[in-house]
Amino acid sequence: MTPDMRPSIALVVVIAVLVTVGVYLVLERSLSRVLIGLILTGNGVNLLFLVAGGAAGGPPIVGTTPIGRMSDPLPQAMVLTAIVITLGLTAFLLAMAYRSWQLNEHDEVQDDLEDRRVARRAAADQPSFTDADTEDADATLDDEAAAVHDETAEGRTGEVPR
Amino acid sequence: MTSMTWLVPLPVVLPLFGAGLALALYRSPRAQRAISVVTLTLVLAASATMLAVVDRGPLVLSIGGWAPPIGIDLVADRLSVLMLSVSSAVTLCVLLYSLAQGEADGDEEAPVAIYHPTYLVLAAGVADAFLSGDLFNLYVGFEILLAASFVLLTLGGTGARIRAGTIYVVVALLSSVLFLVALALTYAAAGTVNLAQLAQRLPEIDPGVRLVLQILLLLAFGIKAAIFPLSAWLPDSYPTAPAPVTAVFAGLLTKVGVYAILRTQTLLFPGGRADAVLMWAALATMLIGILGAVAQNDIKRLLSFTLVSHIGFMLFGIALSSEAGMAAAIFYVVHHITVQTALFLVVGLIERRGGTTSLDRLGGLAKLSPVLAVLYFVPAMNLAGVPPLSGFLGKIGLIQAGVDRGTPLAYVLVGGSVLTSLLTLYALIKAWNKAFWQTPPAGLPTDRHRTRLPFGMVGSAAALVVLGLSLTVVAGPLYGYADRTAVSLRARTPYIDAVLPDGVRGLGRPAPVGPVAGATP
Repeated sequence: MTPDMRPSIALVVVIAVLVTVGVYLVLERSLSRVLIGLILTGNGVNLLFLVAGGAAGGPPIVGTTPIGRMSDPLPQAMVLTAIVITLGLTAFLLAMAYRSWQLNEHDEVQDDLEDRRVARRAAADQPSFTDADTEDADATLDDEAAAVHDETAEGRTGEVPR
Repeated sequence: MTSMTWLVPLPVVLPLFGAGLALALYRSPRAQRAISVVTLTLVLAASATMLAVVDRGPLVLSIGGWAPPIGIDLVADRLSVLMLSVSSAVTLCVLLYSLAQGEADGDEEAPVAIYHPTYLVLAAGVADAFLSGDLFNLYVGFEILLAASFVLLTLGGTGARIRAGTIYVVVALLSSVLFLVALALTYAAAGTVNLAQLAQRLPEIDPGVRLVLQILLLLAFGIKAAIFPLSAWLPDSYPTAPAPVTAVFAGLLTKVGVYAILRTQTLLFPGGRADAVLMWAALATMLIGILGAVAQNDIKRLLSFTLVSHIGFMLFGIALSSEAGMAAAIFYVVHHITVQTALFLVVGLIERRGGTTSLDRLGGLAKLSPVLAVLYFVPAMNLAGVPPLSGFLGKIGLIQAGVDRGTPLAYVLVGGSVLTSLLTLYALIKAWNKAFWQTPPAGLPTDRHRTRLPFGMVGSAAALVVLGLSLTVVAGPLYGYADRTAVSLRARTPYIDAVLPDGVRGLGRPAPVGPVAGATP
């Protein structure tokens, strides 16, 4: 092991900033901001691996660097794997945000209808078991989906792209 | 013993290979179907063979011949192989169900060509997570199965599925980030991610740091296993997927999280420092999950909440930190995988027959389709823990282990699990009354011919129900196996000795570091 295991303060600060900004963005409701937040947090964590590998040294190739001065190659291999995985999943999330925009004209995370239905029934203090004569017995989830929550809809017009 | 190590990578490699082949043959749905069935059958055969072999000792495969701890290893011990066998039996049944469903709907092309490759990748990811002998490889296994599950959950890209998928994907990615943080810190603290070597090194590091690592790993796995404060995503996202997908997710994905908790808590963090926290979490998971189920009016969501609730039982067993508790937890995992998957498959049949899963609009199914009624009733009673079914045996084992522990908290947990069983019975019987016994509402399709259930779907659901029942028949040997598993998990040495026979390095080629020509140390 290299004698110098002290992490670089610059890396630690960068990690802190990346993760802070990332967490803030993940708490947003828009999927594309969540996506950017996840990318930033992911990058922060990738840097954490570099810190975990100890101080930087020479290339870890036997014959070019004395063994005592080599960088630890293992965390770098792990970071590479993590980067590739994050890339793939980010692409998927991006595609999903786009699909959400196609369908709803926005990419906000929507409420769960059934949750709201259970909550509404509880608020009205109705029995949780309902019979055929309950009010919305003929409204399907799809019917309600048309009227689903949409914070951004006000003041936005235009055709929904198909 | 060593001659059988070639079996170990098969459950990972075969499905991945099959997935590539199925993707290449996307024009021929028939070939895809054949590939999937053959692959998963082979995986099941390999797992079942290993089940017998590893009872004599764990099998270790050093990938590429590189010796652990530098090289990555796959370890098949009793726990891994038991989980692997049950999961491959379940994935095969669900696959047959989805094949029959696709055929009955007459769509040769419609269930997009991506379904089979993705399903196989999911199977490979689950197997990789079970077999991994390395914390980072466990992460990779999780990511493989998650990536596949994202695709399966949003299949078709309808509005409802995208909504459900959004929650699922974001939560899953966050738990992966947590896992990565835990991995980086583990490496920084111990200088390795090999499970066996970590088991040797972790006791030597600072106890405070060790506790941080333990909690971080518990958080990451807790999200995946849907343990109470981290479980809200599950009932939101599972019910909208196609029935076979929900079934396989419900059966396997949360159990991979439970497996990871079981493995890391026993191998890396013995001593049970988190036991009290885990007990409270188990209690909250059981009670809040089942209260959620009682409030639901949609049978798929109701089952999703019971799924969350019953994770609490397994966690209870793990938190007891005793051989009896772990054995009961392992038995319970096996029982729960089969029964919960069977129930979700049956709900798919109910949806097909009644046109909906909302309990308001179902009714009279007992008369319309008696087979369906039996298929629902048996696993429902099994899940609720009615004697002599396997659910009862699992619960009684847990309760016994809890009473043996004897602390006040353990007794609270025992009371909580009894209450949860009763509430499970209540929720499932409520669904039974409304879907099967109440007078059918006007809108229910009654045309017998149009709504006849395809034989393949009923057959594969029935196969799983029977598998659940047969767990009662083989409960003796299975409990014995679970007992031996728990003993070796608690002893830890069989695992460590198998991976690192001389205590330092595993079998396989040594890494070419050291006195190589030209090196100046």
